[in-house]
Amino acid sequence: MSGALLEARGLRKSFGALRASDGIDFDVLEGETHAVIGPNGAGKTTFISQLSGDLRPDAGSIRFSGEDVTALRAPARSRMGFARSFQITSIYREFTALENVALAVQAHAGHSFRFWKPARSERALRDPARAILDEVGLGARAEVIAANLAHGEQRQLEVAMALATKPRLLLLDEPVAGMGNDETQRMVTFLASLKGRQTIILVEHDMDAVFSLADRISVLVYGRIIATGSPQEIRVNAEVRRAYLGEDA
Amino acid sequence: MNLALVFEQLLNGVQFGVMLFLMAAGLTLVFGIMNLVNLAHGSLYMVGAYLAVSAIQWTGNYLLGVLLGLAGTLLVGMLVEVVALRTLYERDHLDQVLATFGLILFFNELVAMIWGRTALYTELPSWLEGHIEIFSGSRYPLYRALVIAVGLGVALGLWYVVTRTRLGMLIRAGASNRTMVAALGVNIRLLYTVVFGFGAALAGLAGLMSGPIYAVQPGMGELILIQVFVVIVIGGIGSIRGAFVGALVVGIVDTLGRAFLKPLLGTVLSPTAAEAAGPALASMLIYLLMAVVLALRPEGLFPSRGT
Amino acid sequence: MPGRARILLWSAVIALLILLPPVAEALKQTFYIDLLRRVMIFAIAAASLNLILGYGGMISFGHAAYLGIGAYAVGILAFHGVDSGWMQWGTAIAASAVVAAVIGAVSIRTSGIYFIMITLAFTQMLYYLGMSLEVYGRDDGMRIKTHSQFWGLIDLADPVSFYYLVLALMLASLYLVHRLANSRFGMVLRAAKSNEARSRAIGFSPYLYRLAAFVIAGALCGLAGALLANHTAYISPDFMHWTRSGEIMFMVILGGIATTAGPLFGAFTLLVLETLLAGWTEHWQVYLGPLLILSVIFFRRGLAGILPGARDA
Repeated sequence: MSGALLEARGLRKSFGALRASDGIDFDVLEGETHAVIGPNGAGKTTFISQLSGDLRPDAGSIRFSGEDVTALRAPARSRMGFARSFQITSIYREFTALENVALAVQAHAGHSFRFWKPARSERALRDPARAILDEVGLGARAEVIAANLAHGEQRQLEVAMALATKPRLLLLDEPVAGMGNDETQRMVTFLASLKGRQTIILVEHDMDAVFSLADRISVLVYGRIIATGSPQEIRVNAEVRRAYLGEDA
Repeated sequence: MNLALVFEQLLNGVQFGVMLFLMAAGLTLVFGIMNLVNLAHGSLYMVGAYLAVSAIQWTGNYLLGVLLGLAGTLLVGMLVEVVALRTLYERDHLDQVLATFGLILFFNELVAMIWGRTALYTELPSWLEGHIEIFSGSRYPLYRALVIAVGLGVALGLWYVVTRTRLGMLIRAGASNRTMVAALGVNIRLLYTVVFGFGAALAGLAGLMSGPIYAVQPGMGELILIQVFVVIVIGGIGSIRGAFVGALVVGIVDTLGRAFLKPLLGTVLSPTAAEAAGPALASMLIYLLMAVVLALRPEGLFPSRGT
Repeated sequence: MPGRARILLWSAVIALLILLPPVAEALKQTFYIDLLRRVMIFAIAAASLNLILGYGGMISFGHAAYLGIGAYAVGILAFHGVDSGWMQWGTAIAASAVVAAVIGAVSIRTSGIYFIMITLAFTQMLYYLGMSLEVYGRDDGMRIKTHSQFWGLIDLADPVSFYYLVLALMLASLYLVHRLANSRFGMVLRAAKSNEARSRAIGFSPYLYRLAAFVIAGALCGLAGALLANHTAYISPDFMHWTRSGEIMFMVILGGIATTAGPLFGAFTLLVLETLLAGWTEHWQVYLGPLLILSVIFFRRGLAGILPGARDA
């Protein structure tokens, strides 16, 4: 396997007696969409939080394009090219959609010890932000306060913020959670349009979304990855069917 | 500086420490369970002291006065919770700080209206005066020894209630999971009122015990409150054990600092320099201690789990 | 159009403040010059707190520390014969910034209730330091015999000249905080207040930005302290008393948190209310306390929430 952008080895994380990550090995290839699925409580969010740097693993290592990033925290990983969306929508609710994305642009436009010029009228921040909003289909909603956006739009906005950081790796934690059919379809179409030019780790419950987007799928059960393979392989894998889909083999 | 004096000051430190603990326990419980920042906790300390002074004068009986003072503070605490604080549980810390700040202004002035601004002292009954001999050559005031005993007794009782009883289980569960407690069919409003009143009574107990040692005057609550904050920051918020350890450390460090820092500095500095620097440094000592603890352990010595 | 209401509001406020001294003198009510000067000095202090509390979400309950340090810098230098206002005010600002850097470096590592308690505790420490400074009057404080001197450019002993200087400095301070809050720097602060996890995820490390804001706020409040020392011709540890910190905080809230003009409205409201109540009864705090509680519960958006044009003023 050449061209692994991210390699996690032996990740362990416990909360008290609960082993949320119990020795996870995981690879993402440059350009692929790698989905992580698993039943509720399998430790998916704990896993992705260790990848993003929001949680520090108890043991194990994470390498990103050859560099050991295990000790780096979230802001540092973001500056290296990680971007994540959260399972529970995480945006700046008081700010407009445009300001949300402009902040993400700003975070990757050098230091922010600039004290005088009004940031809102800076074209260097606004123009790229607007372009990304157009790209995700929120262009017409740019001046709406984020809290007033529909749920689906908020999820889109979060993805827009992640993209605004020009990430090399996109970590999406249930991007279509809580969305209606139409909204889900729009998000899936959009994510499909990123395929090939964007490396994505996709944690998702919606199996239709997963099987239509993923190049590879890993199945996480009780803090362990029990199988990794193409959607076709996973679909027929007996162990997966037993552990995850609850079928008798 | 002889050994007996050091020993006596050490005991004074413990005595101050247990009073800090009584305050800190209530504050940390209320914060841990209701997520409420209550600046007015010091006001309850003051209310306890004043109520006891009046009740002792009125009944002419020390013990009866103390009991009335305690019961009164409990009621005042529950009243405050129902009237003012209940609406603040869902608000952010800023609102809680501001509203309880308003409570402090109110209580300080109310007390000044009723009892005046001059300091009062509680008369001790004759059976509490006098000294006990701890070892030969070392006598300690009986009353202060009693304060220590009461404080340690309360600490033990609290430990038992919180770790061994159904109420304690509810308290610990409430801290981590409000909805679960509500789902168990426990009246959470009542539980909160009771816990708050209980914390108020502990503060009142500290206040009324302080009467014969320190001055009873408007604003007395805030002096000790800020030291209690130091205790909680050092001990780790939400933790009774942390409050206990933090209180003893702060009580002892503060007391020994005030007693011995000046003479100690006198041995290395000129007498006038020691005279000037000693008291200043002594009053800053616990805050410096807090800064050091924070620099090493930002969560305090005993960070509470879960929250 | 909100822009017009905003311009109208500011024009009215500034015109009233400019016109106050001649009107008050004509009516022989010079007391009001004094009161408004005090209001504007506290507006500077409140504006500085607004930067970190309103925009940055840092609930500092120790902002009076910098008021005290600024005032003591003036008082101590004056005591030792240094009358130069440049020196005094420069020292006031620098010393406040340094202390803010130290307190901030420790306290910003924490958050929530810890932050509140730590800032309060450190200010209390400075208060006790002031109480124990034998040379500078301990708890009695001391008088300052001469006002700060500025090469004869302005005479602070003249109440009206001093008033206009304070007015100019206050407007400059409000404008400064306004610019800061809307700059890239301010956006980082506001974003971290709004959603810290999101900020970290897009690559901001808020600590240094918060610390910088804390230092700027401390320095600006130090200036307010230098003004206050000249206003009262007096310094005392009471400037650092924790109730003072609470008052400054209330000014920010009453005026409207995270608004440009809020600190001025808040300082005006609180100080005028205190003056009125105090003129009416000795026990005014018995009434002020519950009024403040009610304002927290029912009047959360502050004056800026009801004055037309003030929301974004």
